[in-house]
Amino acid sequence: MKQFQGRVVTPGTVTAEAVVTTEGFNTLASLQMALQFGDKEVKCGDQNNSELHGKSLLNKALCLPQTIGSTTGGLVLYCACAMEKNPACMLFANHIDSLAAAGAVLADVWVDGVSMPVVDCLGDEFLAYVKDGMKITVKENGIVEVE
Amino acid sequence: MILTKEQQAILDGEKGETLAKVMKTLVMYGDAFEAEKLVPITSKYNHLVTSFGLKVMSPVYDLMQQLLDAGVSSEQQFSVDPRPLDKNVPANFLQNLVFNKFMYTKQDFYEKQLKELGLMNDDAFSCTCYMDEMGNKPKKGDVLSWAESSAVVYANSVLGARCNRNSGIIDIMGSIVGYVPYFGLLTDEGRKATWVVKVETSKKPEAQLLGSAIGMKVMEEVPYVVGLDKWIGNELNDDACAYLKDFGAATASNGAVGLYHIENLTPEAVEFGDKLIAEGAREYVIDDAELERVQNNYPVIWKNPDAAPKLCFVGCPHLSLQQLKDWTDNIEAELKNSGKKKVAIPTVFTAAPKVLEEFNKTPYAARLKATGVITSYICPLMYMNNPLCKKMPVITSSNKLRTYTSARYYTDGEILKLITGGKK
Repeated sequence: MKQFQGRVVTPGTVTAEAVVTTEGFNTLASLQMALQFGDKEVKCGDQNNSELHGKSLLNKALCLPQTIGSTTGGLVLYCACAMEKNPACMLFANHIDSLAAAGAVLADVWVDGVSMPVVDCLGDEFLAYVKDGMKITVKENGIVEVE
Repeated sequence: MILTKEQQAILDGEKGETLAKVMKTLVMYGDAFEAEKLVPITSKYNHLVTSFGLKVMSPVYDLMQQLLDAGVSSEQQFSVDPRPLDKNVPANFLQNLVFNKFMYTKQDFYEKQLKELGLMNDDAFSCTCYMDEMGNKPKKGDVLSWAESSAVVYANSVLGARCNRNSGIIDIMGSIVGYVPYFGLLTDEGRKATWVVKVETSKKPEAQLLGSAIGMKVMEEVPYVVGLDKWIGNELNDDACAYLKDFGAATASNGAVGLYHIENLTPEAVEFGDKLIAEGAREYVIDDAELERVQNNYPVIWKNPDAAPKLCFVGCPHLSLQQLKDWTDNIEAELKNSGKKKVAIPTVFTAAPKVLEEFNKTPYAARLKATGVITSYICPLMYMNNPLCKKMPVITSSNKLRTYTSARYYTDGEILKLITGGKK
């Protein structure tokens, strides 16, 4: 087990299985088709992301450097949370980007009962260490345990 | 974050619970970037990214309704991204059924909400709101609360306005309270380039390919591009602006670029030169081989990679008036060369409603129509985002459309050959 210290963007605790991308996560390309056509597993639809394409994101600990792509990204993430089709948490190796921050904040302020902890600044070492299927525990103070 | 008394009062709920939540959203958003303050929005108009009444996006419309029910509206009027539907664009029975009965069932409802919230006019639907014909062109130094990645990168880079890559919903929340958090691309420091991109190609690089290469390399950082002025000149004329529109959209969608500087061309690069380059900036050299490598690495996800194209979209982001005219000339010439009268593949050119209105006043409109090309104001991305289109071999010269859909990318020159029946 290894611990990483990050910064809390939106609070919460959760334990979930990791899905990992070392490339930028394109929120629109990844989630839109799954949300639009009711994919129960919320499989990643981004053809350009070979690490995630076709993998379920629902209730997973999504480990990523940052999000990229369309500025609908934040509202897509917000909708995913409102529809309870969101990852269990989002763990950023880098500083969070403006689109992901918007989505996380919108969900935190405007969606009742949702909890999608978001932690950023976990560092390159975090993304190098974590692998698909590992067990992730997010603690309140921005500590992320990987085992 | 340090708030003024007025801002703090809104956050404390003195102007109602809903407005307090809007302010809380902006403060939390700013806190994520260590913003010290909120600054006033100074542009005349806003631009929103969410133009589509997708059933699946119901949480967005519910939120908008919360704002309307609380008597909250935008302080600024706004334009918005393109509409998703147009009867002029070819669609089969099943597609029409899916579009109208399953996907965009909230379109009328949402457009009514937009009008109540402050839509500029019924034609204010385009990703290129900054075109002269559309009337939403910010001034240098204006602070914006825009979303739409291609419009933000254009406003920052070509117009010298200041805007972060805001998400949908955050965009309108900024103009509801009249402030945005001060961080990132709003600051002088955040506008410095952390990459120097050297263009060393043997010919004018394809805008959407060059933008794609840079976007994938620098991601959300700011590139300072040298050597491109050799190919597109030192003046922000129609041709250069159209080039930068397409280039920027590719940097923003293939990566997350919100601002670029082009040496000797874009306003801040002209004003400050290489003082815009941050200490320790990395370097990326782009030559012919690099562009070829980038294009060859695009995945082709058609079921049959050798399928004959069934539809072609040109105009994501929307075409300018001059681009529509140039395409008309080029298609006519190419058809003449190949001894044909009409395009061989159903082809749709998309542009802003007001740009199309102006185009339709020129003789070019009838000439283009005679080639069989259809013009439309829609968003090709919205048209393509469904499983039916995924099975359809669609071609495009838009790297943004390629990124988000199953459309296959070709350069403008290759598209011209393909749609006129020649080989690429």
